[in-house]
Amino acid sequence: MIIKVSHLSKIYKTGEVEVKALDDVSFEVEKGEFLAIMGPSGSGKSTLMHILGALDKPTSGEYILDGKNVEKLSDDELADIRNKKIGFVFQAYNLLPRTTALKNVMVPMMYSDVPKAEREKRAKDFLEKVGLGDRLYHAPNQLSGGQQQRVAIARALTMNPSILLADEPTGNIATNQAIEVMEIFEDLNEAGHTIIMITHEPEIAEYAKRIIHLRDGRIVEDNGNRHRRKVRK
Amino acid sequence: MLFSETFFESLSTLAVNKLRTGLAALGIVIGIGSVITLMSLGQATQKSIQTQIQSLGANLLTVQPGAIRQGGVVGAMGGRTSLTLDDAKAILSSSEVATVKTVSPEVERRMQVTTGKSNANTEIVGVTPQYEEVHKLEISSGNFITQRDVDSMTKVAVLGPTTVSNLFGEGADPLGQTIRVSGKTFTIIGVTVAKGGSGFMSQDDRVYVPLTTAQKQLMGVRYLNSIALEAANPEVMTDTQNQVGYLLLARHNLSDPAKADFTIMSQQDILNTASSMTQTFTTLLSGIAAISLLVGGIGIMNIMLVTVTERTREIGLRKALGAKKKTIITQFLTEAVILTFVGGIIGVFFGILASFLYAHFTSSAFVISFSSILLASVVSILIGVLFGWYPAQRAANLQPIEALRYE
Repeated sequence: MIIKVSHLSKIYKTGEVEVKALDDVSFEVEKGEFLAIMGPSGSGKSTLMHILGALDKPTSGEYILDGKNVEKLSDDELADIRNKKIGFVFQAYNLLPRTTALKNVMVPMMYSDVPKAEREKRAKDFLEKVGLGDRLYHAPNQLSGGQQQRVAIARALTMNPSILLADEPTGNIATNQAIEVMEIFEDLNEAGHTIIMITHEPEIAEYAKRIIHLRDGRIVEDNGNRHRRKVRK
Repeated sequence: MLFSETFFESLSTLAVNKLRTGLAALGIVIGIGSVITLMSLGQATQKSIQTQIQSLGANLLTVQPGAIRQGGVVGAMGGRTSLTLDDAKAILSSSEVATVKTVSPEVERRMQVTTGKSNANTEIVGVTPQYEEVHKLEISSGNFITQRDVDSMTKVAVLGPTTVSNLFGEGADPLGQTIRVSGKTFTIIGVTVAKGGSGFMSQDDRVYVPLTTAQKQLMGVRYLNSIALEAANPEVMTDTQNQVGYLLLARHNLSDPAKADFTIMSQQDILNTASSMTQTFTTLLSGIAAISLLVGGIGIMNIMLVTVTERTREIGLRKALGAKKKTIITQFLTEAVILTFVGGIIGVFFGILASFLYAHFTSSAFVISFSSILLASVVSILIGVLFGWYPAQRAANLQPIEALRYE
């Protein structure tokens, strides 16, 4: 198994008020799974995703990624994981402003010292793969939401990560574009990538093989192919 | 990540965000440029004040016979005849007086001067060639008295411009003409440049003749009325005064300074005034420079901090894409260094240019203070780098997602 989280909790403190974004969440993900996480807003989906992406730390609980306890890793090791092992697609795309699509896609490769020529070649390949071969030198503000999302996907894929995490990858884009994006994900999954995505659209979740439902920071339903179970109240 | 890689990434980030880069660089340009310009203007003014004082003879010491200094009260002078040419020579050659540059022995007396048509009562001064240098005398036409004139006791005279117009009329050329002083005929060989001043103290109403001629042929004396000394620089005035004093006491076989048969006067009063003026000026300048630096520094700080929100998100994103903390801090630091360095060079250039233009159009001295360049550059660069680095390192320490959400 590639991901194992046990008793994960995340508490946000806003002044006096404590908000439990995640409350004792445990599950496992096998290599090559295509998992969708669903739930109403405020159910802790994004928080869970950020922790899985090593972008945030849980308040308590354990996260084992590829046999390593993430909590025990140093800052630099975490940077390496974010760079090589995980590709993250943000809901808000998060591209560098005023920077071309090509350069944006090249950023992760820059941080792992991929040679310059190779970097550009790979970035072009991936942009072509997501259908943006003719938009290489466009800045984000010259691209539509769907195109920006696809740039972000290309960026997440350049380091050939074993896990792709996508936070509402189709949240801000039109239906036909959403279908294109999901087809890219299906292809990737068939090629052996583990994919975890957040969505609140049932049609999008259909593409996944397994769906976890979250509510108030707890898993309320997991129709996993292996462990179909009701989680305790 | 290689440093060259980081360097180019910094350059491209700077190039991509032109407005931000431009504003930050402008802050540094103004910070450095204004300090350099203000300091240079100040120093130019200071220098012109100093030059003016120097033309009065700020390094001038005058030894005069006969008055006794007591508790700061200087009595009547010139009564005694104790000062001789040998004293003057001794001052110049003595190993005990190291800080004297030039010695000018002088005699003077008011006498009647006549030409064929007119006559005037004026100051006859017996001088050596050194007089010209010690008193900053300038010759407008002809020559000053030479050592040869002194040695061979020639009868030549150099006239002040007022004397010339008194005797020959306004604008006349007296060179080669003659004047008569107590029955002796002197050929006029030069005219001095007007120095200003009027009345009894006017330096323009004078007749300069060789010292020996004046002593032996006009006045019949062996003593001197005064010995003017030029000290090497303003700082050694007091030392020179003391050294010359002791030398003359010894030469005159006197052991008690209170009984000295001579007085050494300096332009200390003028110099004191000048120093206090310069002091005030320097304080004023430092104040202005400090304010300019503060304003420039706040400008730099402002633009660096204003972009923090955007940059914090950028840092979060870069971390999310796998940048290590060290890489990010290096990049931001490099950006800040490039920015402040380029801005600094432009600022120095404009500062010097502005100072030059000021000097050019007001025909004042063009002075560039290297300490001001250094001070302005160091402070601006430190501020630029500090406020480029500090928010970056704070953001780099956040969890990527916190930085991404920063508002």
